[in-house]
Amino acid sequence: MGMTFKGGVHPYDGKELSKDKPVSELLPQGLLVYPLSQHIGAPANPVVAVGDTVLRGQMIAEAGGFVSSPIFSSVSGTVKAIEARRVATGGTCKSIVIENDGEYTETEFKEVEDVTTLDNEEIISRIKNAGVVGMGGAGFPTHVKLSPKNPENIEYIIANCAECEPYLTSDYTRMITEPEKLVEGMRIVLNLFPKAKGVFGVEDNKPEAIAKLRDLTKDETRMEVAELTTKYPQGGERQLIYAVTKRSINSKMLPADAGCIVDNVETLVAIYNAVKFGKPLMDRIFTVTGNAVANPQNFKIKIGTNYKELLDAAGGFKTNGCEKIISGGPMMGFAMFDLEVPTTKTTSALLCFTKDEVAAFETTNCINCGRCVEACPEQLIPSRLADYGEHGQSDMFEKWYGLECIECGSCSFACPAKRHLAQSIKTMKKQVLASKRK
Amino acid sequence: MSELFNVASSPHIRSKDTSSRIMLYVIIGLLPASCFGIYNFGIRALIMIIVSIASAVIAEYIFNKIVGKKQTINDLSAVVTGLLLALNVSSTIPYWEVALGSVFAIVIVKGLFGGLGQNFMNPALGGRCFLLISFTGSMTSFIDPQSVDGVSAATPLAVIKSGEGLSGVNVMDMLIGRIGGTIGETSVIAILIGAIFLIIMGVIDLRIPATYLITFAIFAGLFGGYGFNWTYITAELCGGGIMLGAFFMATDYVTSPITPMGKIVFGICLGILTGIFRIFGASAEGVSYAIIFSNLLVPLIERVTVPLAFGVVKEKKGGDK
Repeated sequence: MGMTFKGGVHPYDGKELSKDKPVSELLPQGLLVYPLSQHIGAPANPVVAVGDTVLRGQMIAEAGGFVSSPIFSSVSGTVKAIEARRVATGGTCKSIVIENDGEYTETEFKEVEDVTTLDNEEIISRIKNAGVVGMGGAGFPTHVKLSPKNPENIEYIIANCAECEPYLTSDYTRMITEPEKLVEGMRIVLNLFPKAKGVFGVEDNKPEAIAKLRDLTKDETRMEVAELTTKYPQGGERQLIYAVTKRSINSKMLPADAGCIVDNVETLVAIYNAVKFGKPLMDRIFTVTGNAVANPQNFKIKIGTNYKELLDAAGGFKTNGCEKIISGGPMMGFAMFDLEVPTTKTTSALLCFTKDEVAAFETTNCINCGRCVEACPEQLIPSRLADYGEHGQSDMFEKWYGLECIECGSCSFACPAKRHLAQSIKTMKKQVLASKRK
Repeated sequence: MSELFNVASSPHIRSKDTSSRIMLYVIIGLLPASCFGIYNFGIRALIMIIVSIASAVIAEYIFNKIVGKKQTINDLSAVVTGLLLALNVSSTIPYWEVALGSVFAIVIVKGLFGGLGQNFMNPALGGRCFLLISFTGSMTSFIDPQSVDGVSAATPLAVIKSGEGLSGVNVMDMLIGRIGGTIGETSVIAILIGAIFLIIMGVIDLRIPATYLITFAIFAGLFGGYGFNWTYITAELCGGGIMLGAFFMATDYVTSPITPMGKIVFGICLGILTGIFRIFGASAEGVSYAIIFSNLLVPLIERVTVPLAFGVVKEKKGGDK
């Protein structure tokens, strides 16, 4: 039995569709689009103008504050426009549009011979100046995360290698093809926190990844691999911290309050590239999968590449038709109405489902069965929270700890009455938080 | 935009569980007790079950038609209600009585409150208590399945209650079910087979039944007048409707608390109330009343048993921050 948390669900994982396919590099043909908000915090400010020529790796927008992150061009070419563009989460965002010249001429990156010669400040500034943010989805600027109030209290650096979302295999692909980069990234972060231990938390449905990481870290005194039970949402930050350390944090706390810092696989690789090679965040691994896709597989992509191009590279849709396209995983990803959106630092997958896989169920009366309660990793009572949400009872919603919801969707997944529990709770949570800000 | 895709809030996948599948499991779980009841009490028991289920389903169908609601008979909950009611009546009552009980359960107890999920009281037990009060005579006369000519006989619990002591109690007969009682309540073994099936299928858990039975056993031991006498306690646990009630009716999702701690409080309430009704009441039975009474306490129980969310520490009163 691996380490785990209480609650959670076991959806069909669908990973075999794309898991062992060779990973290929995709060179984009069309325009690349860089939204100025690819992270939590202030949007970046453009430092290029329409008509400028840019090189691959050149900063095109600078951080808009401390909690913000600069953005870099992943191709060489010409700035075509700076305008509002649709993004994967549904809305629009001011974006820089670049026409690729196909040359991939790079700017100069300042590599360091030995990263141990860098002091903490230099390491943090290299990470900050490379635009590294949490690439698991949240997009929290990594330099902020690595600058906790009391660095001496950090005891665990946890690499989130759970990849608990069904269908996604981008982190898995990285762990199989380039685990050494992940380990080097961890080594750099550990240099910042001399008292900390590095733990790679991997779900036990990825034995090959566990074996590779174990082999690479067998002589490391400060790193270990933790085998986690395969269960969604094992990679949720609070759930992962609990599984590894048995420490619990709530919505008002940061992982650092429990002596932990959690970084996802791609983020650690980006940290390595930034600190060692001075390379900004421009590429990532991206999964194109789902039963509606002809050839599901993983790609090394240039951030900013259009979703449509990625789908075409994977052979397009099968003839059985596609009903739903999702940016991210099936549990927390965003359904999109259109493929004309760019990939960003935080997008990890394009998932295309056939009608059968996402059949719309009719919602029936709640029978109070409590399956949502069993499924909730936050030990909430989702059916009641959804009722309070639907009836606008914000006081009861807060009293029953609605704000602790991590929006993982386990309750909706488990509900036999097919209620839209997570949706109602998310909506209410947004309202309550908005009214608190006033 | 050439093509538009379906857009909805996450999650985009759902488990295969549905309400009607859960109801189907409950029906399967009740089959052993039903079959034993038919074996025990003969053809009248079979007809009773059919009449009860049919009238429940028809009542739901007509009710939905009249009030203009979407048809819900496919969710199988009316079948469960009809079956449970039949298992809770004597095989000797007139068929129209069970039909009336079914209609009462479906229309008054469930339908008028908004249908499945909205009723605050277990429909089958609401129907049974309605019959028990209205037709006390026929509802409380049971035949002895071991007699050839089907003479009326007192149930073991009634024998104990009447003060005749424990000499006439045969625990083995009570486990197998070769005693007088309602159609579905007599065989502890048949009920447990169904209950184990439901536990394995994840339909019910042990919180409510276990706390109920343990609390009741302790209560009976303390106040029953026989002390913790093994024969007495076992007879009380195996007799009457407590096994059927604990595993199949107290665990009714709709009318039991959803909070994990609430389920335990609910079980304790049931045990104490059943003890009071059986030991201090006029009848040897008390399970049905204990359950419907506790059903009324559910909103209150839930209010005081809201679990702490993950990672949230109980704030000390007047403490710092």
